[in-house]
Amino acid sequence: MRLAKLTLAVAAAALAMGISLAQAAEPLRIGVEGAYPPFSWKEADGTLKGFDIDIAMALCDRMGRECELVEQDWDGIIPALLARKYDAIIASMSITEERKKRVDFTKKYYNTPARFVATADTSLDPTPEGMKGKTVGTQRGTIHQCYMEKVFPDTELRLYGTQEEVFLDLQAGRIDASISDSTQANDGFLKTDQGEGYAFLGGVQYLQECHGEGAGIAVRKGEEDLIAAFNKAIQEIRADGTYQQINDKYFDFDVYGATE
Amino acid sequence: MADERAPSILESIRAFSENASPLDFMVILEHWDLFAEGLWMTTNLVVLSLLIGGCLSIPLAVARANRTPILNQIIWGYVYVFRGTPLLVQLYLIYYGLGQFEAVRDSALWPILRDPWWCALIAFTLNTAAYTTEIFRGGIEAVPVGEVEAAKACGMPRLKRLQRVILPSAFRRVLPAYSNEVIFMLHGSVVASTVTIVDILGAGRELNAKYYLAYEGFIAAAILYMILVYFISRGFKFWEKKWFAHLRPREDADAEAQAGATAPQTALVR
Repeated sequence: MRLAKLTLAVAAAALAMGISLAQAAEPLRIGVEGAYPPFSWKEADGTLKGFDIDIAMALCDRMGRECELVEQDWDGIIPALLARKYDAIIASMSITEERKKRVDFTKKYYNTPARFVATADTSLDPTPEGMKGKTVGTQRGTIHQCYMEKVFPDTELRLYGTQEEVFLDLQAGRIDASISDSTQANDGFLKTDQGEGYAFLGGVQYLQECHGEGAGIAVRKGEEDLIAAFNKAIQEIRADGTYQQINDKYFDFDVYGATE
Repeated sequence: MADERAPSILESIRAFSENASPLDFMVILEHWDLFAEGLWMTTNLVVLSLLIGGCLSIPLAVARANRTPILNQIIWGYVYVFRGTPLLVQLYLIYYGLGQFEAVRDSALWPILRDPWWCALIAFTLNTAAYTTEIFRGGIEAVPVGEVEAAKACGMPRLKRLQRVILPSAFRRVLPAYSNEVIFMLHGSVVASTVTIVDILGAGRELNAKYYLAYEGFIAAAILYMILVYFISRGFKFWEKKWFAHLRPREDADAEAQAGATAPQTALVR
């Protein structure tokens, strides 16, 4: 009898607290890509690894929230956020004006420049005139697509679902050059066995309109609290050395870029 | 006056499309050229692969139906492989797979295999040829023995028999099944968009990726595919009407029918 009463009391309390409990218990779902080494990739056993992943985990830890990673193709990464498949995107997404129309961003969590990659012995001249009629590959829906269309309108642009496929076709010789994030290109391709015989072509490619101010975390519009929580957490992991630790695990330089 | 108003109307439509409408239709309309390019790409890939695949499949089907030794087994194997694996896998094997080998990259075939359009055409052609071979084989095997015997009795040699009796009869029989294959091929052609080809779906994906929209590109693509399927099925209706003309009750036979001379239903049973 006493047990029944107790159960009843607990049940009533649970019912009363039900809504707030459910909210607190619900893990924060983070959309990640998993095909962009060293920022994110998938191990043979299916686990997600990389800088973005570690940063996501560190931020969640800071915010005291349980997080769940949701893998999503780059193509649909913003639409899926808007469709509430997850609550934030931590996938090396550059903060750009075009994207700000659809989503809100936190402050940047890293910023590395874009560069071309081609065979080491190429005679290509990485200027709009020199690349006229040449074929360049990049990932669909990225700042690099925006940049190529604006600055290299006479270059044939091939669009791929992932950056890994771009490098595959660069090796196959189907494209003359690839354009992507220089850090990703360096660590994800040039430093690997596949990247032998390939090198950066020309210097940093930058256009404010396309490249924006670095990679940030995207959330649905109007989620001010979540943005504030992320911004605070970014600042905290920067301050307490967690960021540096993750940084050093993947890079021998500071990916955060200049502090504003 | 009219000149001043025109842009403001356009502006308000644009504002409605961007903010109020659940579907930003102006984005689709503004990129009609992208979809036109995609439509052309899909159409030429599908039509060419169906034409080449169809031509390939006729001799293959005849060899299968005749149980030509050795050839029959080889064709069976080919059909089994291409019907047994998804089109996407076939395209990936041709596009990414073959490109991995230096021998292929150094060969004379590379200028063709280098081009994503050719890779897609090869994959689509081999795929549809496999399915069509099986469709035609069934059609040929279903030709009534009597028809063939009658042709033999008339003294027709093998090729003539094939050309005048067996193939026309088989084609007629397989027409409905083949119309399905054409529609499946059209829908299957979307895999081209995974190897950088801007087909109808590729255009839709590009639009979505550029503006970070969920539906606009896909809905525009879906509508274009539906329009294409409409024309395909109308085409096959027309074709059927033409080829089955001898099976339909004649329209000028109304008087005869009223006189109770013929029962058209019996003519339909072959």
